[in-house]
Parts: sequence; C-alpha cells; structure tokens
Amino acid sequence: MKYKSQKVAYWFFALSMLLLILQLVYGFIMGFARIGMDGLHEFIPFNTARAVHTNLLVVWLLSGFMGAAYYIIPEEAQRELVSVKLAYVQLISLALVGVTAIVGFHFNWWEGRKFLEIPHQLDYLVVANVLLFLALILLTLFRGKRKTTTALVLTMGLVFAALLYLPGMLPFDSQVTDSFFRWWVVHLWVEGVWELIMGGILAFLLIKLTGVDREVIEKWLYVIVGLTFLSGVLGTGHHYYYIGVNKIWLVVGGIFSALEPLAFLAMALFAVNMYRKGEKKHPNKIALFWTIGAAIVSFVGAGLLGFAHTLPQTNLYTHGTLVTAMHAHLAFWGAYAMIVLAIISYSLPNMTGRKLYDGVRGRVAFWTTNIGMIGMTMAFGIAGVAQVYLERKYKMEFMEVQDQVSIHFVVLIICASLFAFGVITYIADFYKHGRPNDEAMETIKDPFQ
Amino acid sequence: MLSKQQARAFFLIGTVVTFLAFIGLTIYSFSDGNDQTNYENITPAVVRGKFIWEENNCMGCHTILGEGGYYAPELTKVVERRGEGLIKAILMSPVPWEPNGRKMVAYGFTSEEADDVIAFFNWIGEIDLNGFDRIVSPLAKDQITKN
Repeated sequence: MKYKSQKVAYWFFALSMLLLILQLVYGFIMGFARIGMDGLHEFIPFNTARAVHTNLLVVWLLSGFMGAAYYIIPEEAQRELVSVKLAYVQLISLALVGVTAIVGFHFNWWEGRKFLEIPHQLDYLVVANVLLFLALILLTLFRGKRKTTTALVLTMGLVFAALLYLPGMLPFDSQVTDSFFRWWVVHLWVEGVWELIMGGILAFLLIKLTGVDREVIEKWLYVIVGLTFLSGVLGTGHHYYYIGVNKIWLVVGGIFSALEPLAFLAMALFAVNMYRKGEKKHPNKIALFWTIGAAIVSFVGAGLLGFAHTLPQTNLYTHGTLVTAMHAHLAFWGAYAMIVLAIISYSLPNMTGRKLYDGVRGRVAFWTTNIGMIGMTMAFGIAGVAQVYLERKYKMEFMEVQDQVSIHFVVLIICASLFAFGVITYIADFYKHGRPNDEAMETIKDPFQ
Repeated sequence: MLSKQQARAFFLIGTVVTFLAFIGLTIYSFSDGNDQTNYENITPAVVRGKFIWEENNCMGCHTILGEGGYYAPELTKVVERRGEGLIKAILMSPVPWEPNGRKMVAYGFTSEEADDVIAFFNWIGEIDLNGFDRIVSPLAKDQITKN
C-alpha cells in the first residue's frame, strides 16, 4: 500500500464478503426448495429467495468493484483519494440501501423485474450513491499525476455502468418494451461494461504480479475491451429472440453472440501469456491463482457455455430453462466473483502488512470453490438438458419434468456445500489478515516498484 | 504488430459503431410495420394486471415470454391451456396452491385483481413470439391436443 487512503478498500471488501455469505444462504434455501424441502415457504418463499440471491450477487460484486477502484485509482493516479471521509459515507450509504432493499423483499416491497427488483424509491438512492462514488474516483483520477490506460478503462467501465442503470428505471405499460430495456441494463452490464471493469482490474493485477511492461499489457487491454463491445453490444439481441420484438434480432443477436466468446478467449490467452512472459514472479501466489483463474474460468463459463445456447436455433428450446442457470453460475463466478477475490487476495497483505501469501487456507479456498462451482454448473447443466428434452421435445408437463430432474438438485446441494466451505475458508483467511493499518505502508515493499 | 494507438482506435471505433447500430436497430424494430409487441391492444386492465404481476414478483418463480425464475410453469398462453376459471381460483385462493407439492404464495387476490391479471395473460398470449409459442410445447393448447 502506497497511499493511506487505499485502506478504504478494505471495508468495501469486508462488506462484499458479508454479503457473499448471505447470498450463499439464500442459494441454499432455493436449492432445498427445489428438492421439496420448502419449510421456510411462509417466511421466505422461492421468489423472495431468488430476488435476494441475485440482488446480493450484484451488490457484493459492486462493493468489490468499488473497493477495487478505491485501491487501484490512488496507486495509478499517484495521489491520495480526494476525500476519505466521503468514501466512508458512500460505503455506509451503499450498505444501508442494499440492506433496506433486501429486507424490503421479505415484505413484498419490490418491482418484480428479474434482476432489477430494487423498488423505484430506492433506485434514486442508488443513483445518488453511485454519483458520489464516481465523483470521488473521477476527481482523484483527474487531479492525479498520471492517467494510465488501466485507470481510464476501469473508470470508463464504472461510469458506463452507472449510466446504463438509468434505462432500467423507465416505466413501460408493455411487458415487451419493459423487458427490452431491462436488458439494456442487465446484458450491457454483464456482457459489456462490467467486462471493462474486469479488464481494468485484470490489467492492474497482471502489471503488479507478472512485472510485464505496462505498455504491452495496456495495448492488449484495449484489444480485449474493443472485442467485448464489438460483440457484446449487438449481442444483446440474443435476449430479444422470443420476447415479442422483430425477427431482425434473430440474425443480429445470433451473429454477434457467436463472436462474444472471442473477448473472453482473448482475455484468457492474454492472462496466461503475460504470466509466462513475466520473468520475475510476485510472491503472492494466491492472488496469481485467482487472477489467471478468473481469466480462464470466465472463458469457459461466460464464453463457451454462453455460446452453447445463444444461437437462435438452440435458444428456441433452451430459452426459459435451467440451461440459463447453468451458464449464469459459472459465468458470474469466473468473470466477476473470481476477479473480485483476486484483487482482495492481492491487496489485503499490502493493506494489513501480513503476508499470508501462500498459506494452505488460500489454496484450499481456491480449489474447493472452483471444484464446487464446476460441480454445481454440471448439475444445473444436466438438469437443464433433461428439462429441454422432456418438456420441449417430449412435451411432458412442467411439474412432471421438475420431479424427474430433482435428483440433480441433490447433487447441486452437495457441490454447493463444497463451494460454501471454500468461501468460508477464503473469508477465514480474510479475517486472519486483520485490520488495515498505516504501518503497512512501510513494511511492505512491492518487488516491482 | 498492432501499436497501442491502433488498439485504442479499434476500441473506440468499434464501440461507437456498434452502439449506433444498436440504437438504429432498436428504432427500426419498434417502428410502424416492424413492431410486433401487440401494444395497440393494451387496456387499463392489462396495465393493472402487469402492475400486480410486478408488485408480487411473480417472475421470481414463473417464466413469462421465457423469462423468469424457472421454478414454476411458463405462463405465456396459460389462459388457453388452463382456462380462466382455474387461474382465477388459484389467484384468489387463501391457502397456498400446491401442484405436485411445490407451493405457490397464497396471494388471496380480489376478484377484480384476478381479472386484471388474466387480462394481462390474455394480452401476453397475443404477442408474436417468432415461433417460440408454436414450437415449444406445452405453451400452446393445440400443441398439447395434437400429441
């Protein structure tokens, strides 16, 4: 840690970890409900659990991204954050809005628009919160000594993410137009601007961990985010095939979705090549595991498994089935969860001064979470494919099919338990690092600086 | 090999061009003659029905137009398949509807509210879904009877 204000990041990461644990709890509630153990139905019915599960994912990732920005931007801009106090205000307000939304879901206070369940009134608070965050980041960047490509791409991702929240707040009478613009938020976030954020964090980590020249890494960063937008923007069309809009989207969505894996392939190749190119190796092996892991798993989860059902001919059968849940789990894990865990693993020793670089816990966390998540993805995948055949090819009733595939959810819960064990191990490591402190500024010397 | 300036130009030009194309296609697909969203048949009852649908996060379990929670059945064309009477009874039921043991929240809607939701389902059922409703069974009633 080079600047005192980078410590703010720690608390954003801590909030992230807390929300991640809660997300797992709600995931288990849904998993058990699927095998008929729905004992909490009266208090937490499936739709509540689902809204909480997906919204917590978004909030913990955003909290992680914000923490990453508060850590990365001062170091890249070579100056302290413009205001540490306001950063804490932003953190607390983020936590309050998040918690209010989650609690509200339990009292039937939401807008039932998949992934955007946060009610309108709270949307305005979210906007105010994000504006404060952006003001702090942008001011720091522009008053800084240098404006690096890594910092610019990361910031651009955060600014676009904020702008693209707005179409989701428009009211529509038609379910079709509603859905159409809802995807401007959901798709353009996860298959567009969030990839900029991921790319920015990835570039920062690769510069720090491999010691490869910044110019080389940043050139490829442009190529990757270029590919992301080139394919991802028009790739939004794959959500428009069968929701009641024009057939033009079948063609446009099909072609550009097929290109979407390229950005992730480039990201994976880039990360592995930079790692191999780097002659000096940073001692923080765990951070390296998560960084390279994020690039590779995102290619499999987001790139390949996404491609598995984005062609209109395939999607006609898989649209609205568990196949989507299969792709979504590995994609979010690889692309966004792992990159947040990577930046936490990298920055935590620097902020706290404790070099728990290569402990057993770190490795156990990495492997058990990944094996658990791959198992969950396979369970969802097999259930999904079975559902497609039974329900859509052999025309069985929805509920009969659900009974047939429920065994896969037993497997899912077992794999999820392994995954949860890994997450808890990761968080134990997080806790063992202790609190951030100013002394860490002197005790840690980054080998490449 | 690509220089950093060229890489940046690729990013900027690619982004601007695809965004413009995306906005252009959006305008195209909602323009007269290309629009197939069935918006002209939206009545106040449909709007109220949609509001009830959202207010209770029905999409958290059910799917509609293929989007939703995958926990409960697809409801596009549900009126055709199940008939208004049964749907109304389920919506107004004071105890959880429990097909095959999987529970639905007991909403206990009033008769008017249930009618609004049914109006919403009827409106959804008329949308042109590019073949999704014809090919994917058991969405359409005729598909079931054919088998």
